Amino acid sequence: MGFEYAPAPESRAIVDLRSSYGLFVDGDFVDSGDGRSFKSVSPATEEVLAEVTEAGPKDVDRAVTAARRAYDKTWSRMPGAERAKYLYRIARIVAERSRELAVLESLDNGKPIKESRDVDLPLVSAHFFYYAGWADKLAYAGFGPDPRSLGVAGQIIPWNFPLLMLAWKIAPALACGNTVVLKPAETTSLTALVFAEICQQADLPAGVVNIVTGAGDAGRALVEHDDVDKVAFTGSTEVGKSIARSVAGTRKRTTLELGGKAANVVFDDAPLDQAVEGIVNGIFFNQGHVCCAGSRLLVQESVYDEVLARLKRRMRTLRVGDPLDKNTDVGAINSPEQLARIRELSEVGEREGAERWSPACELPERGYWFPPTIFTGVTQAHRIAREEIFGPVLSVLTFRTPAEAVEKANNTPYGLSAGVWTDKGSRILWMADRLRAGVVWANTFNKFDPASPFGGYKESGYGREGGRHGLEGYLDV
Amino acid sequence: VTTVSFSTAGLDDVTATAASLRRFLHGLPGVDQVGAEERAAGLATRSIKTTAKAWALDLAIRMIDLTTLEGQDTPGKVRALCAKGMRPDPADGTCPSVAAICVYPDMVPVARAALDDSDVLVASVATAFPSGRSALDVKLADTRAAVDAGADEIDMVIDRGAFLAGDYRRVYDEIVAVKQECGGTHLKVILETGELVTYDNVRRASWLAMLAGADFVKTSTGKVSPAATLPVTLVMLEAVRDFRDATGRQVGVKAAGGIRTAKDAVKYLVLVNETVGDDWLSPDWFRIGASSLLNDLLMQRSKMATGRYAGPDYFTLD
Repeated sequence: MGFEYAPAPESRAIVDLRSSYGLFVDGDFVDSGDGRSFKSVSPATEEVLAEVTEAGPKDVDRAVTAARRAYDKTWSRMPGAERAKYLYRIARIVAERSRELAVLESLDNGKPIKESRDVDLPLVSAHFFYYAGWADKLAYAGFGPDPRSLGVAGQIIPWNFPLLMLAWKIAPALACGNTVVLKPAETTSLTALVFAEICQQADLPAGVVNIVTGAGDAGRALVEHDDVDKVAFTGSTEVGKSIARSVAGTRKRTTLELGGKAANVVFDDAPLDQAVEGIVNGIFFNQGHVCCAGSRLLVQESVYDEVLARLKRRMRTLRVGDPLDKNTDVGAINSPEQLARIRELSEVGEREGAERWSPACELPERGYWFPPTIFTGVTQAHRIAREEIFGPVLSVLTFRTPAEAVEKANNTPYGLSAGVWTDKGSRILWMADRLRAGVVWANTFNKFDPASPFGGYKESGYGREGGRHGLEGYLDV
Repeated sequence: VTTVSFSTAGLDDVTATAASLRRFLHGLPGVDQVGAEERAAGLATRSIKTTAKAWALDLAIRMIDLTTLEGQDTPGKVRALCAKGMRPDPADGTCPSVAAICVYPDMVPVARAALDDSDVLVASVATAFPSGRSALDVKLADTRAAVDAGADEIDMVIDRGAFLAGDYRRVYDEIVAVKQECGGTHLKVILETGELVTYDNVRRASWLAMLAGADFVKTSTGKVSPAATLPVTLVMLEAVRDFRDATGRQVGVKAAGGIRTAKDAVKYLVLVNETVGDDWLSPDWFRIGASSLLNDLLMQRSKMATGRYAGPDYFTLD
């Protein structure tokens, strides 16, 4: 008999969900002017978790008005040291409620509890702690002696790291003295709404943070609102381009963090077992719903067979299933729409002649699931080597020399991240100099820290989030 | 003495000369310290509950080399340990016995007699354990004494000084000589990873020992800190896995020293399960060298059965 892990589900009891949520405007939960709502569904079971209000243009206007009032009357006048106290308080409450938030994030998003518990939530509170520290030291950030805030920030975040992306947006905005109206993605609104409760719990002045839920229309209303001074968006390149068009010619500042098709480059002298871990982490972490995922594996041809054999062996041990089981490695795909896109591009890969492989794995009957998948025999000319799949699908290519690795890695419209695996320190530096990507990881992948700036080259967007650099997008400099 | 043969199919030229051995060991893929430690820490978060836990606790007991390696060891102490090893929980007939009792060579006759015809094996450290700082003749005589007294398994130490000086051939030759002295007796080769320090060294020493004929590679003597750690054991498991792929010969792994709680033991079993799989999940291929661990396993075992913890007085001290 083998070692069969018994189910180890994290309890849902800690999450106290309401059956329906209003919009969080001016410090209170309010109903929509036109009373429409939509359902938030658990992607692992298709269970309806709660009803969420769909914000219309009038609701967005109310939220922006509240944010403007809070900016003018309270937040922009408050000394940085006082703003810091609120941010520290939020950071502590998030840390205290981290188990509850992790369970809810896994329920609503489909990601494994071990990731929401060990990655997302620690980073969320770390981000608030980090930017709380900057709030009274902006004069020393390198943007002049007295950098001013911008005003009202309209922020739109994606569904892959709902609460973490919220933290990346709200923490620096508030630290710099701005107020915000944030729209979470329509499939993952719930942790943002619990965050609204945390703002109340922290006694944050009304209107400093406003949360409007809804889909693309609500987002468009927010971006196009005349009284928004700053637009911050994380999401697809397609939507990012339309936002850039709509703010063109206005006073609005914009930062965009968009798609990616990162190369993970494995040289023949790489620490192979750790490289395989890095490949797996690069593409199967969060079901591949990661804008900086290492979705193109570039392996030096001389170690191709060995790397492939080790990768397949490792993939056979991945545990796909219930996101709330503490032993799950790969959870559910976030939505039927995303699942359809992953399936479509995978079929394109097969039609174009790449070879598809997945380990044997039983997928649950209900919910949205896709097995960890690799495509071999992929070339730069394949669509699956060029387009962002945003799922657990890896395209494997080969190269012969470092120069060819750089050429192929950079030969993409994107430039968010890259990985380099080699035991040779000088080669890491040589590669990092030449890779056109916002982040280059050496002998690791998907590592984040609030002190480290993150952002893209080319169609992966502009502006940086995180670190001292992340302040710039929220200051008038 | 008959020549002991073992398979290193396809790798015979590796050990032909000191230079070829060195080239081979230095040509093994490196180990990234951060990555290896992260992988081990990740596996340590696995949650092993209910039926899986019950199964793992029993397997861990069956994998124990119950050990006493003290200057104050007496025949009485060794006999008591043997009794404990054969019947860890006298009140529960379903409790398995341990794999082996591990003692110094002069205590082998006592252990042999005490264990009688039970399934529990006698393991003996040898080769000037724990430092290994003695002449080869002395190490071989030490080994011979233990084998002649009836040891089923020999736990030898490598010459860490020679290894760190880059004299891999010397280390290799010594293991080969001890292996010859062992004849059919199982040979575990202790790398003393706490003195080799780097994971690259651990990987190289594992391959060196396997090429020289080790039946098991073992982390530590238990006399040096750190002893067994999860990442060190991970690197050794990767080595035995790759060695079997290359030669077809399966080598076991023993983690020794510092594993004191059932929770820790289960983490090692998870590591084995997800690195090398079922083939190594038996006392024939994975051992845990320990002494106080056994009582914690017994305590957890009775908790699983009764739903509550019994106090320490309900478990025998030996």
